[in-house]
Amino acid sequence: MPAAVPVKGKPFVRQLLGRSDFAIISDIVEPGTQVLDLGCGDGELLEWLAENKGVEARGVEISPAKVQRAIARGVSAYQGDIDEVLPDYPDHAFDYVILSQTLQETRQPLKVVREMVRVGRRAIVAFPNFGHWPVRLALLGTGRAPKTKLFPHDWYDSPNIHFLTVHDFDQLAGKEGLVIERCYFLAGRRRVTFLPNLLAEVAVYLVRRR
Amino acid sequence: MTVDTQAVEFDSISLESGAKLTPVSIAYETYGALNASKSNAILILHAFSGDAHAAGISHETGKPGWWDNTIGPGKAFDTDKYFVICSNVLGGCQGTTGPASINPQTGCPYGMSFPVITIGDMVRLQTMLVDHLGIERLLAVAGGSMGGMQALEWAVSYPDRVIAAIPIATTARHSPQQIAFNEVGRQAIMADPDWCEGNYYSGKPPGRGLAIARMIGHITYMSDESMREKFGRRLREKEKFGFDFSVDFEVESYLRYRGSQFVTRFDANSYLYITKAEDYFDLTNPTGSLTAAFQKVTSRFLVISFSSDWLYPSYQSEEIVRVLRRANRNVAYCELPSNYGHDAFLVDVAEQSDVIRGFLASTCKENI
Repeated sequence: MPAAVPVKGKPFVRQLLGRSDFAIISDIVEPGTQVLDLGCGDGELLEWLAENKGVEARGVEISPAKVQRAIARGVSAYQGDIDEVLPDYPDHAFDYVILSQTLQETRQPLKVVREMVRVGRRAIVAFPNFGHWPVRLALLGTGRAPKTKLFPHDWYDSPNIHFLTVHDFDQLAGKEGLVIERCYFLAGRRRVTFLPNLLAEVAVYLVRRR
Repeated sequence: MTVDTQAVEFDSISLESGAKLTPVSIAYETYGALNASKSNAILILHAFSGDAHAAGISHETGKPGWWDNTIGPGKAFDTDKYFVICSNVLGGCQGTTGPASINPQTGCPYGMSFPVITIGDMVRLQTMLVDHLGIERLLAVAGGSMGGMQALEWAVSYPDRVIAAIPIATTARHSPQQIAFNEVGRQAIMADPDWCEGNYYSGKPPGRGLAIARMIGHITYMSDESMREKFGRRLREKEKFGFDFSVDFEVESYLRYRGSQFVTRFDANSYLYITKAEDYFDLTNPTGSLTAAFQKVTSRFLVISFSSDWLYPSYQSEEIVRVLRRANRNVAYCELPSNYGHDAFLVDVAEQSDVIRGFLASTCKENI
């Protein structure tokens, strides 16, 4: 399995709407494209993409309160469970399907990834890296389910139900025959180019079907 | 803002049943101003017992419109920005031709000789009104319950004329439960000896039957929770049970009051015809598939349902959303939390207004 080569760039990544992964996603998305954001929250990213990149933006969100806020800001979002709604879409209905920091919360992540690259010509997956060294240290040191800045929840009330690392995603991509077009690793606003599985807090992958 | 109901008469309208109505008039009101490019018009579609008086204060009656909390300056349908139209439906009894209208052939009210009408017929008459107002394309069509059915019908039958559709608390096809409640209402009217096969216009109207029909309706518009909150088991102006069949409970008093009020403003035959139109509503006709029905749809959609609405439950809205998603159409959907049952779209409007406002603003940005 060839390790993905991270995209080079300035050592610090700017922030968009307070998040560096959003900045990267917004750089990836080409203007005028059709975008589906899975777990779109209150639609901030989609609103930004619609206004600044002229994309046709759609969103799915499971929280009724967040969907309301997304619609109120003009985003075509609907209430739904991403595990359930993706099979409804025809192949390549979108240019990009985005899943930002939600893969670890889905019930069937493999199914979600497969559906993303079917429904979208490309998929953008951002996820928190469970291989980040403080996570490893916390488990080793305390012998308990790790609680870190990145994974702040107690095991019993965490929304995260499937933990994965950068290596895990690389391996999955290889097994599923996905082409990793680009990948980015972040620690806070810092770009990580060395030992990402150990040093990255968040990974952002742009993948497609072969 | 005081408003007057206006009316326009057309030579005739051909109906889905094959019958023809000659002539036909439609009552309507407008609020706000049509812009020069005629691109800011929104058609509001009323529910079963509504009328053309949707907003403002009626010049004639002094009463506010049925959706005055949602239509007006600065409100969800902002009349400072949009030109809002609302008309009374075909078959109604508030100014548009219906069974109580005079049949020019006989000089008497139509009664049961009025042809059976459909939601599609109501919408066709509305297209004639919109033509009359010189409007090519509507920025939006919006309505709850039967109004939502009309909004869906517009989007499906006149895709080129509707930029956005807002069907609220509605369905793409009337369910057996909805038909059942309508049938009980109709039977109550027809069982009233004053109904006289619909020929009561020169005498006493079937007030008892119509009131019972309305009482049933009101039960279905509320929720178990809203009834517990509103009435509980409270007694009406008494400390103890009366041990008779006069009014004991608040809820009885409320239903009787609603029933008796309704009789003063609504025609029993209109009740029969309009509920029949609802029951015939099924967008899967004639192809048998909702997906096929939505094939030609180009409008953007905002679908809204309410958590406690058991008459038009959320699954019916979700069915519409799923079909639109499969066709890869532009759809926003939310189930709003409310205890008010089906009535929520009329009374619990704060969150509904937020989503409508945002949806319309972004529709405008893309289209005006």
